[in-house]
Formats: sequence, C-alpha cells, structure tokens
Amino acid sequence: MSVLTLSQWQFAITSVYHFFFVPLTLGLSVLTAIMETIYVRSGQEVYKRMAKFWGTLFVINFAMGVVTGIVQEFQFGMNWSEYSRFVGDIFGAPLAIEALLAFFLESTFLGLWLFGWNKLSKGLHAFTMWMVALGSNISALWILIANSFMQHPVGYTLEGGRAVMTNFGALLTNPYVWTQFPHTVLSGFTTAAFFVAGISAYHLFRKNEEDLFRRSFNLAAVFGMISIFLVILVGHSQAQRMVQVQPMKMAAVEALWETENPASFSLFTIGDEKNLKDRFALRIPYLLSILAYNQPTGEVKGIRNLQAEYEQLYGPGYYVPSVFTAYWTFRIMVGSGFLMFALMAVALWFVLKNKPLAGTRFGKWLPFAIALPYLANSTGWILTEMGRQPWVVYGVMKTEQAFSPNLTPGMVLTTLILFTIVYGVLMAADIYLLAKYARKVPAEGEEQALQEAYAE
Amino acid sequence: MDLNTVWFILIAVLYLGFFVLEGFDFGVGILLPFLGKTDQERRVIINTIGPHWDGNEVWLITAGGATFAAFPHWYATLFSGFYLPLFLILLALILRGVAFEFRSKDENPKWRTFWDWAIFGGSLVPALLFGVAFTNIMAGVPIDANMTYVGGFWNLLNPYALIGGLTSLLGFILHGAVFLSLKTDGEMMTRAQDAARKVWLPATLVLVVFIIATYFFTDVLQQLGINPGPIPIGAFFTMLAAGYFVYTRRSGWAFFMTTLTILFATATIFMILYPRVMVSSLDPAYSLTIYNAASSPYTLRVMSIIALIFVPIVLAYQAWSYWVFRKRITAKQELHY
Repeated sequence: MSVLTLSQWQFAITSVYHFFFVPLTLGLSVLTAIMETIYVRSGQEVYKRMAKFWGTLFVINFAMGVVTGIVQEFQFGMNWSEYSRFVGDIFGAPLAIEALLAFFLESTFLGLWLFGWNKLSKGLHAFTMWMVALGSNISALWILIANSFMQHPVGYTLEGGRAVMTNFGALLTNPYVWTQFPHTVLSGFTTAAFFVAGISAYHLFRKNEEDLFRRSFNLAAVFGMISIFLVILVGHSQAQRMVQVQPMKMAAVEALWETENPASFSLFTIGDEKNLKDRFALRIPYLLSILAYNQPTGEVKGIRNLQAEYEQLYGPGYYVPSVFTAYWTFRIMVGSGFLMFALMAVALWFVLKNKPLAGTRFGKWLPFAIALPYLANSTGWILTEMGRQPWVVYGVMKTEQAFSPNLTPGMVLTTLILFTIVYGVLMAADIYLLAKYARKVPAEGEEQALQEAYAE
Repeated sequence: MDLNTVWFILIAVLYLGFFVLEGFDFGVGILLPFLGKTDQERRVIINTIGPHWDGNEVWLITAGGATFAAFPHWYATLFSGFYLPLFLILLALILRGVAFEFRSKDENPKWRTFWDWAIFGGSLVPALLFGVAFTNIMAGVPIDANMTYVGGFWNLLNPYALIGGLTSLLGFILHGAVFLSLKTDGEMMTRAQDAARKVWLPATLVLVVFIIATYFFTDVLQQLGINPGPIPIGAFFTMLAAGYFVYTRRSGWAFFMTTLTILFATATIFMILYPRVMVSSLDPAYSLTIYNAASSPYTLRVMSIIALIFVPIVLAYQAWSYWVFRKRITAKQELHY
C-alpha cells in the first residue's frame, strides 16, 4: 500500500476514534454545569451529587478526547506536510487560535473543578465547569472553521503555489461554518442527553436512587428533545448548503447519476459504481427538489454531468467519491437521527405525564439507545470527509498531492498498527471504567462522611 | 522588530513555558515508581501535579499550533521529518494523560501498577526525546532544497543529540524532585529532597558536557561569539545555585533556580538558531528561516492581534490556578487522583 493510502487510513481511524469522545464532552460539560448551577441556586444537595456523578463520567471521557486530540493536531504536519505547506497560511491560524482560546481554558478550569471542591466558593466552583463547557464548545467552533475551509474554501488567493489568506473575516463568516458548527455542537448535546437519559433509565428501572436519577432523566429529556429537534432542522439547511457548494457530494448521497429537474429522492438504490448507473432503484419523485429548495421543482445535478463538468474545469481525472459510502453513511445518520427524535419524544412524554420508568419496556431498552448518537456522529463525519474526496481542499487541492513525500510505507504502516492497538486497548479500558462508574450507585451520605473524615 | 521575529519569540516563549511547567510534571512522573512506596504515597505524588499537568501540556499544543500558523514550512518539515520520534512522543503523552485519570479509579493493584508505569514511561520518553529533537534542530539535519527532511530515523539518534536528550531528561528529573519537595510534607518531602540531591550532580555534569559539545557540533561561535552573553552563562550559574539550595534543602529557592536554568537553556537554543528555525546540514542555503518558512504578512498580523488580546488572559487564569493550589499536598486530604 502507498504512503497516501496508509495515511488516509491513519487519518480516518484516528479521527473517527477522536470524535467518539468529543460529542459527549461538548454536551455533558453543559449538563454538569447546569446541575451544579441548580445546586448553587437552590441549595438542594441532590444536585451536587448529580454534578459529581455525571462529572466523574465526564472526566473519564474527557481524558480520552484530549489525548487523542493532540494526535489530530500533529498529524497534519507528520503525514500531510504538503497540505500543511499549501494551506498553512489559512488552516494553521484557526488551529493556533483553538489552542490559545479553548484548550487552555478547558484544561485549566477542569483542573480547578476537579481539585477545587473545597478550595473555591460554591458559585466560583460552578463557574469553573461553565468555563470548561465554554472551552470545549469554542474548540469545536475553531476546528470547524478550519474544516469548513477544506469543505468550502473562502477568503484566500493562490500565490506562488500556496493558498494565502486575504480575508480573515470571510473565514469566520464562511456560510458553511454556520450550519456545520450548530449541527455538530447540537449533535454533541444530543449525545450527552442520550447518555444521561440512558444511564438514568438503567438506574430507574432498577429503582436505584430514584430522586437523583429521576431529576437527571427529566433534565436530559428536555435538553435532548430541544437538541435533536434543532439537529434535524440545521441538518436540513446543511444539506441545502451542500447542494450549492458541494453538488458532487449531494449527488453521491442520493446516487443520482443524471441531472434531474424535478429531482427524485432515493428510497433504496443498489448502484453500479463502475458504469455510474443503477442496478436497482426505488425513488420518490419531486422529493429531492423539495428537500433541496423547499419547492417541487429545481435542478439537482447528477454524477455523470458533474464528472464531465469537473473535467472541463480541473482537467482530466476522476472526481466521484465513493457513492456506496456516501449513500449509506447518510442514510444511517439520518435514520438514527429520526429514531432519536422519536425516542426523545417518548422520554419527554414520560416526564410530562410523570410516569415512572421502572418496569416499562421503554425504560429497559433506552440504555441501548446510547449507541444511536455515536452511530450518527461517526457516519456523519465519514460522509463529510469521504464525500469531499478526491479533494483535500474542495476544488483547490487534491488529497493525492497532500501527503508527506519523505515517509515510507513501512513508517506509516508501523504507526498505523501501533495507533490502532493502543487506541483499542484504551477504548477497552475507557468503556470498562465508564460502565463501572455508570452502574455505581452513588450512596447517600457517603460523600458527607468522607468530607468529615478529611476535614480534621 | 518585524512580525516574523515577534512570532519566533512567541513560539520560543511557548516552549519556555512548556519546558518549565511540563518539565516538573515529567520529572514527577518519572520519579513516581521510585519515591512512592505505598499506593497512598503514589496518589499523593500524582496529586501534586493533578490540577496542572493538563494545562501544562497545552503549552506544547499551542506551540505546535502557533508554528503551523506562523511558520507552516517549519511545522511541515519538522513534523514530517521527525516522524517516528514525534510518534513516540505522542504515544507516550496519550498513555500518560489517560493514566493520570484512570489509575485510581479501580482498586485492583495490577491495574494501578500498570498505569503507574505508563506514567513513568509516558514522562520519560518525551523528557528524553524533546532534548534529542531540539539538539538536532540546532545542530542541523539533512534538509534538501525543497525543505524536505531526507535523513532517516537513526540519523536523529547521533551522540550529540543523545547528550542533549540526557540533559533534558536529568534536568527535568531534578526540576520535578524539587517541585515535589515543595508540594509535599513529612517523609515524602525528605525523600524528594534526597532524590534532588542525588540527581543534581549527574544533571550538572551532563549539562557541562552538553555545553562543551555544543561548541563543537553547532555554529554557536558564529551566532553568539566566544562570550555568548548573560543568558547562556546564566544557565550554567543558576544550575550551580540550584545545587547549593538543593543541598541546603531550601526547596523554594532551588525551584526558582531550576526554573531559571530551564528558561536560560531553552532561550539559548533559540538564540543559537535565530533567525533560522531549522538548520540544514546539507547546505546553509537550504536552512529554514523565519522568512522563508513564514506565513503571509496578513496572517501574521491577524494572529498577532489575537495573541496580544488572549495571551495575557491565559497567563492570568493559569497563574490563578497555581495560586488556588499553592498548598502542600498531604495524605490526609481528599485525593482526586
């Protein structure tokens, strides 16, 4: 295998792995901060115990997100040096800003939160968790500003074989950012809501600590309902943006070979990717145009036409991403999204009707639904990144021009294997600890006794 | 002063901060298996750096990001050229970071021992390899006309670079031992002071060898002259002063001195480099400088404004966090890690 292919695999594996931990961080930091704020304002001890219980799970997850994040930052230079040279002027800036504005904030204040329970005033202590939440979400903003440049480059010119920044403001107001960022962050909130709701349901089903987990469940249901509703709403406008700026990705998502107007939506397609045509297809007429333009007519370009168009524009080459991957990752993502919407609606119904979860089938199965947001998050990123191929910067630089020329396949293969092994071991340890602490019933009074013992 | 120089200094400052701060937590991590006899003692040791190690590491991440933004060619050449050592550093930092969080969350002694050694190895490897890397950057590595590193992995492990690695390793252990003696009390404090006494002499000897070797393997004479000025000389004399305070068990002053040694030594490396960022051993013309490796003036200007606003804020809250946790750690208090 070539350095290019191996580097692509390495990037894909380390990125999907990294993003396994990030969404929960984004949302659970906010939920923990809300719980602790309620504790500070109401003085109810149960909310403090909630903040500690969920905070412990947050920290176990956070550690994995942080350490795998360093790999993400360094790997651009290590495996993609030509890319780094080409776009460093633009792409490096948001990364540096991310570190300066976000990483310092979240790591310093997480240290204060963890070790500051008896050293800071109650209000100040709750404030530190808000800073952690702010830091995590600012971090998402800047990395997505960087990623959006790869998806839809703006604010640059080409000079001496390099992309040069001409307008920093354009980078920040890149329309792509302002659908991608809310979609990603709200997905993170949804992930945390399912995490909290699922684990709470597990305990409520077993009648452990009903007060604590009922309140957690209620909070998660409300938070989750709002989040998943907005994820779908924003996701819709993101898809409409995609039709405009990345028509090839949309065509691949829909396995739409020929340009159509009005365009039909694929319900189920088995495609022949070699010859760019259907083997079998079930399509709903008009629906794709409606989704793309909010009206029954409107042209959506097909893969064949785009391929011809791109050959004219960029010279000979193959400009079609993996249709199979784009088609199915999109459907898994959207399908999970709607399933999550339905489940959260039921959860909210339980809350509003004040019905106990104990003994219900819903309460029994809800913990398994924690997998859904993870499935949606991972497939969402695979679609975003693989649907962009063969471009590393859409329309500007191809992935095959981006890798480090001085590496040998042996070097990359070595690191790829070792990363995979170490990541695998850590994943096992992490899931073990999460499961252990999620199942652990926070006994009432234990905390109190502990603090008295240490107070002397 | 042009913005290229400003950014060279800023990146130097980020590495100064990283080596001074993460330097002591690397040292503490390396000493962990040797100074902590019981599980409770080990927890005390880890908790001395508990609130800080993560924030300390961000200095490195920010240095990496700043290099990418201000000098993309430096970032690209360095990170792809030093591919395998960097990979080892990453692996070490991953295991170490997770280990801090994981080790005390399970009672099983095997589990804890495993993560304790992960902390040890995860601290040792970067402490050694950062010295190796910076020594190589300074001495020069094969970089061709396309700014691409054309040497192999073993090229980086030459004797001079290994002396540099040993210098940083022993220096960080000393720094960590002194920090530990500042943050603990009772028997642990004495043990940490004893460790500092043991490490000081070898650390100083290696530093002296490194200084002499630097005159042979780099163009320090051309860059700084026969009298290099107060900063490099300061590195040597603060190391001697650190020894005096280590032997008289005045840990506060000793820590101040090891901090200064690391500051001066790191600053010296950047002084020898300037205005280059990586020296080519093939042809001086191929060296990367703060001009041929830099971003556009526009990017540098934007980044300068952002740094001007946010660096003071970051420094303020990091300082505050050290103030909040200024007290010594005792076995009696609630230990998070």
